[in-house]
Amino acid sequence: MPTVRLLVGTAKGGFIFRSNESRSKWRREGPMFGGWEMMHAKGSPVDPQRIYASTWTDWHGQVMHRSDDGGASWETVSNEFAYVGDVGTHQWYDGTPHPWEFKRVWHLEPSPTERDTVYAGVEDAALFVSHDAGESWKELDGLRTHSTGRDWAPGAGGMCLHTILIDPGNPDRMYVAISAAGAFRTDDRGATWQVATGGLRSEYLPDPEATVGHCVHNLAMHPSRPDTVFMQKHWDVCRSDDAGDTWREVSDDLPTDFGFPVAVHAHEPETIYVVPIKSDSEHYPPDGALRVFRSRTGGGNWEALTQGLPQEGCYQNVLRDAMSVDSLDRCGLYFGTTGGSVFASSDEGDSWSPVAEHLPRVLSVEVQVLP
Amino acid sequence: MTTIRVVLPPHVKMLADVHGEIEVDVPGKGPSINDVLDVLEDRYPPVRGTIRHHRRGERRPLMRFFACGEDLSYESLDTVLPNRVLEGSEALLIVGAIAGG
Repeated sequence: MPTVRLLVGTAKGGFIFRSNESRSKWRREGPMFGGWEMMHAKGSPVDPQRIYASTWTDWHGQVMHRSDDGGASWETVSNEFAYVGDVGTHQWYDGTPHPWEFKRVWHLEPSPTERDTVYAGVEDAALFVSHDAGESWKELDGLRTHSTGRDWAPGAGGMCLHTILIDPGNPDRMYVAISAAGAFRTDDRGATWQVATGGLRSEYLPDPEATVGHCVHNLAMHPSRPDTVFMQKHWDVCRSDDAGDTWREVSDDLPTDFGFPVAVHAHEPETIYVVPIKSDSEHYPPDGALRVFRSRTGGGNWEALTQGLPQEGCYQNVLRDAMSVDSLDRCGLYFGTTGGSVFASSDEGDSWSPVAEHLPRVLSVEVQVLP
Repeated sequence: MTTIRVVLPPHVKMLADVHGEIEVDVPGKGPSINDVLDVLEDRYPPVRGTIRHHRRGERRPLMRFFACGEDLSYESLDTVLPNRVLEGSEALLIVGAIAGG
């Protein structure tokens, strides 16, 4: 019988929750790395017992961990992330040039095909790769040195590369998203990159249709359709059907199109999920009601999913890496909140129940299904 | 060889899997903070980069070095440690700055 494992990163450490196929009762393990901010943890699709974790504090900087036994034990791996060559500058909040400086790892993306390969998206925005399971890291500097790099500027959370999507059928192709630079695509495994922001419109920019500067919050892709990418932007939910060359808005009848995560159903490439948040100044759900919205048409025709979620007095946010889907039938969904709750649905979002409450602020949620 | 008593900050103790004060044997008669950190990082590899910068070697901004009631944080990390630390009557305190409320 399959088992389900949730990897939850919080502001004060990591937690693992385990359940069986029913996904109704959960056993908690942790906190791991108590006091460290666990930005993200994710398992390898090739070897699910191999899990990578990124922890960080303002005092001590970045520390990386790897488990080869499903989180039962951990070893520290390399935390040396050195930019290649002359780092150059990007734009600072006040518009002045600011040198690139490594701060922390926001997102880890283990290769879907190579056991020892894992990618790391970092702040200040750059992409690193390890081919030895985290023992060493090398920057794929074609991204940071892109001709637009000097114009990239940080979002409120810093200038972070927070999303990495890899086409499992063609690992040469990857998408990344950077706040607040935009989205980029490579078709040569990270050597060169193309801006993937055509058609985006952001009213907060002096030129709303600028090439870079769009605050992309998250991207999602179904593995069977690598040319179709969904985006939750600062404002607007969008989709592209040409690998990010052009985008169109699909927010349609959402109560608000601000939010952070976007996810795709594991078995239905046109079923997507978002969590609308009231606004960029009020980071909580409209009307104090925590609602996931589902579209079965790849955007538009959104339906509110509320059963089991707090429908009054909820003023928590759901961050960009804090939503995940499992591959069981029926597809399960999971998300964590800044108020320390984690919710699970074992019926595609129709109903929800709490996995945990009263955790520290949840930064990331990833799910694994183990045979 | 000089035996230096060291108190690590809690987050680093967790990485090094140590409790309380530790002692490190540092080559030479008059070691510096850098010499102590060299030995610490060799003995406890997860500590690398968490007290001083990997390549530049400088103190991380929110780390402090105290000993004998003095703040040594703004001294060169190559300055010889105070005599009472070298003699073992005082410990070198590696402290996370009180920051963040």
